[in-house]
Amino acid sequence: MTEPLLATHGLTAHYGDFQALFGVDIKVEEGETIAIIGANGAGKSTLMRAITGLLPSASEAVRFRGEAIGTLPAPEILERGISMVPEGRKLFPSLSVEENLLIGAHAREGNGYWTLERVFEVVPVLRERRHHPGTALSGGQQQMVAIGRALMSNPDVLLCDEVSLGLAPVVIKEIYGSFPQIKGSGAAIVVVEQDIGQAMKVADRVYCMMEGWVTLEGCPADLPRDAIHNAYFGVNA
Amino acid sequence: MPETLFRTMMIRGFGLLAVLMLFVVPVIGSRAMVQDLFGVLTLLVLALNWNLLAGFAGLVSVGQQAFVGLGAYTMFACVILLDVDPLWGILAGGAVAMIVAVPVAIFTFRLSGAYFAIATWVLAEIVRLVLAQWKALGGGTGTSLPKGTTKDMWGVQWLKDTLDVSSSAASDALTYWLALVLALGTLAAAYVFLRSKAGLGLQAIRDNVGAARSVGVDPTRLKAWIFLLTAAGTGVCGALLFIQITRVTPEAAFSVVDWKAFVIFITVIGGVGTLPGPIVGVIVFYILQRTLADYGTIYLIVLGLIGIAVMLFAHRGLWGLFADKTGIELLPLRHLPPRSAHSS
Repeated sequence: MTEPLLATHGLTAHYGDFQALFGVDIKVEEGETIAIIGANGAGKSTLMRAITGLLPSASEAVRFRGEAIGTLPAPEILERGISMVPEGRKLFPSLSVEENLLIGAHAREGNGYWTLERVFEVVPVLRERRHHPGTALSGGQQQMVAIGRALMSNPDVLLCDEVSLGLAPVVIKEIYGSFPQIKGSGAAIVVVEQDIGQAMKVADRVYCMMEGWVTLEGCPADLPRDAIHNAYFGVNA
Repeated sequence: MPETLFRTMMIRGFGLLAVLMLFVVPVIGSRAMVQDLFGVLTLLVLALNWNLLAGFAGLVSVGQQAFVGLGAYTMFACVILLDVDPLWGILAGGAVAMIVAVPVAIFTFRLSGAYFAIATWVLAEIVRLVLAQWKALGGGTGTSLPKGTTKDMWGVQWLKDTLDVSSSAASDALTYWLALVLALGTLAAAYVFLRSKAGLGLQAIRDNVGAARSVGVDPTRLKAWIFLLTAAGTGVCGALLFIQITRVTPEAAFSVVDWKAFVIFITVIGGVGTLPGPIVGVIVFYILQRTLADYGTIYLIVLGLIGIAVMLFAHRGLWGLFADKTGIELLPLRHLPPRSAHSS
């Protein structure tokens, strides 16, 4: 049996003495879109940070293409093909839109699908504002810069941490509208979402988290609404 | 041609002319002028290095005088103990400063902010106290270069014959040109580096270390390289400075006022984190020094007050203020995409 593209096995994570993840197991197959849902404080962003090396974890707790990467530093994990759109976008204010995109290719350059031109094709407004400071754009445009920045490394797995947070529904629709092209480029996508409806629409499989545990997993079509609500809120809906 | 572009070209043209004029100063200028400008150029080198460190890498070190002193003492050791040409001592000064910077970085990089700054100062004092024990180089009272060292330096005899000047004037001309080349080289290297992929990473680190890490930038490695390279540049400059001074003491080589306070003042008033900032700062500093030199302590008080005023009312220094008002970018750090990033 072949290993999944990305998998966590009993992943734990701590902030000092506080344990934020308790043995999380997830797997991502090639080309899949996975949604990780859960309320505030469920451990979704911590899971993203642990996978990308921004939080320390045990070596075998994260495996990518059959390799244990749990103890690798963030740049080396990105080099291997896991890229993240961080929560809150975190653009660099002293860099222009173009520079914010270019720095995405800092650790992993090459002749992949995603180039500046491709990003500009998907979001033409970024081409017009390429020399503006990244943080001078609207919230939605900034989010597209953050996604474009992550794509510039031509990842095999794109982790999107709360990309819809604080954005208008029309902008969220635009952002998720770009996902088919991202999937078309061959990347698997992991979306962290609080919006259950949005997550169910885009995902092939869903993991629900609560207080650092995975409480439910399955295909959206197979998951009863009550089970999701129970796993999400920890009460019977 | 837009007005801003025209003004930018004018300033660049003026800058180029100034560089050409600086090259001919030893031929047409007085020896006092050569010595004055040597001081200005060496301060510029120190300020360019400190600006890279504090302004771009966010490493606010207040102990860079350690590397000036190390460069100076290494050069003296090369001449007095190994009997080699002082010019080799300059290279050795840079190398030793860089080597010593390795353990200094290992220790200080565990700290950040004010603790990092204090640690660099403490380590600078330790280096000073250690070198003050070196009896072969005069211990606490220091020592002088052996008589005739600068006159026998490589190239001095040729310059003496070519320019038809005294050996001392030829030695001053040689160290002046070396300082000019070092200043231009440091400026060019900083410009090329900051426009490179690593430079883009450095600017990202300055904005947000966590976000920079998430896009694959290794902040520790990049900062360590900047720390080591600026230590080497500062060490080279320290060695060169003391070839001209010809006498070294722990107080002079590790001077807090000359190699720290003035350097920080120059960078702050010119513009921390801007490449032309140290150039503007050193010009303003030179003018103030010439104007206020006769007023003793008041001179230092005025420098301090000007520094505070600039920090309060022009965070990006005089150059930053000028650039914001006029839109002029003298040495733009904008990054152009590599060919592979453009193609689809």
